[in-house]
Amino acid sequence: MSDTATSGIKQGFQLRSASVSMTALELYYFDNDEFEETLRDKISQAPGFFRDIPLIISLEKYEGLDSELDFFKIIGTCRRNNIHVIGVRGGSDDQRRLARGAALALMPGTGQRDRAHDTGAAAEKAPEPPAAPAPRAAPDVVPAKIISQPVRSGQQVHAPDGDLVILASVQAGAEVLAAGNIHIYGPLRGRALAGIHGAESARIFCQSLEAELVSIAGHYKISEDLQDSGWKSAVQIQLRDDLLVVTPLDKA
Amino acid sequence: MARIIVVTSGKGGVGKTTTSASISTGIAKRGHKTVVIDFDVGLRNLDLIMNCERRVVYDFVNVIQGEASLSQALIRDKRVDTLYILPTSQTKEKEALTKEGVEKVINELSETFDYIICDSPAGIEHGAMMALYYADEAIVVTNPEVSSVRDSDRILGILQSKSRRAEMGQEPVKEHLLLTRYNPDRVARGEMLSVGDVEEILAIPLLGVIPESQIVLNSSNQGLPVILEAESDAGQAYDDAVARLLGEEREQRFMTNQKKGFFSRMFKGG
Repeated sequence: MSDTATSGIKQGFQLRSASVSMTALELYYFDNDEFEETLRDKISQAPGFFRDIPLIISLEKYEGLDSELDFFKIIGTCRRNNIHVIGVRGGSDDQRRLARGAALALMPGTGQRDRAHDTGAAAEKAPEPPAAPAPRAAPDVVPAKIISQPVRSGQQVHAPDGDLVILASVQAGAEVLAAGNIHIYGPLRGRALAGIHGAESARIFCQSLEAELVSIAGHYKISEDLQDSGWKSAVQIQLRDDLLVVTPLDKA
Repeated sequence: MARIIVVTSGKGGVGKTTTSASISTGIAKRGHKTVVIDFDVGLRNLDLIMNCERRVVYDFVNVIQGEASLSQALIRDKRVDTLYILPTSQTKEKEALTKEGVEKVINELSETFDYIICDSPAGIEHGAMMALYYADEAIVVTNPEVSSVRDSDRILGILQSKSRRAEMGQEPVKEHLLLTRYNPDRVARGEMLSVGDVEEILAIPLLGVIPESQIVLNSSNQGLPVILEAESDAGQAYDDAVARLLGEEREQRFMTNQKKGFFSRMFKGG
């Protein structure tokens, strides 16, 4: 569309560095039937979250045989469930050759980095392209989506780009999703999924935790597992070392 | 312009038709010209409770399909002369209620009536959607138990997103909570949710509490709207609800058990 001032030659596109956080599927072993069953189970817990997301297959903890690693089957199964496999992370040379054969992109593993040296609360970033990211322009502020009515059973409220603020209750059988944080100034009785595009630093805040399910960046807890800490009180929920942690708001 | 009020619940068997019959009778008794429409195509009940089943010739679906005029289908109540009933069809499919057809009938009724009460079928299917679509106000009938409260919540969500008012971006449908089959003794024993519990969950204004009563069943069987049983608890509770609906202030009653038992009479000198 526009000319680049420096080159003076009209180009159809420009390459820019982009860093996107994504969901990684950490594969331990592969059995197609079992894989599909587990995948469907995960999807059924948060259908809105998984629809048409990009996925990378992490091979760093793969323990199965290379011969069992059928990327065509993995891609096919994911595609049937509206998930798009775009590449692999880590893995041996042989495994990466297989992935390349299935037209998947290759991303470096994170194995070299020593996670123990990461400072405590810093959330682990999704893999970035090998080139150092160019300095970004000032990020556009996405205004939070604000809802002032109760979110009733059967309703879904989605903030695909930023935070979600709800000034009333989220009722049992309702679902709220946000790319960023979720603030609920009322009881949370339904499902709340924050960081749906993989933002592990996202948090959920609510005046009374009575949820059916809470999830941050795909890590979730169901009602049964929430009863012991902060139930029916004002809490925040965040992800620490891949674990959802519930803390009372007055002790935050 | 008529006030269009839907009586709805999501869940079946909570007392929608009983409520429609009593509320419409109560409004009409106060001199307002009122019509009550049965939207439960295929499960015609309202005419039984209103005791006019033997006078049905044409019905709502006939009017929508142009086979009869409104004046042919409307049945005038024998007890309250400002009350009319528009019965539904027992034989047609519920898809016979088209949005355009229902709108035409409601517009025509709006010209002559002050109040239009729409008795919704259970569920959230087509019939229930048609009953609530044109509503200005909704009476959400709820029993004090978890599944009924959940279904009422679902219906409230639909009222605020799928009604005409929601689609046109007008002022939202005004919601009223009517708690029916309330038994203070069972609440005290923890077998039922309390008024406070239900109000807290649903977060809409309370129109009234109708106590559980044998009289409701008896009067239904006799084809008498329970509001006409003026001596009964349930009849008075419906009368209070009608008064509040028409803007009167009335204190809530029947939330605790007033009848004194034998022992309390003996020992408290009451």
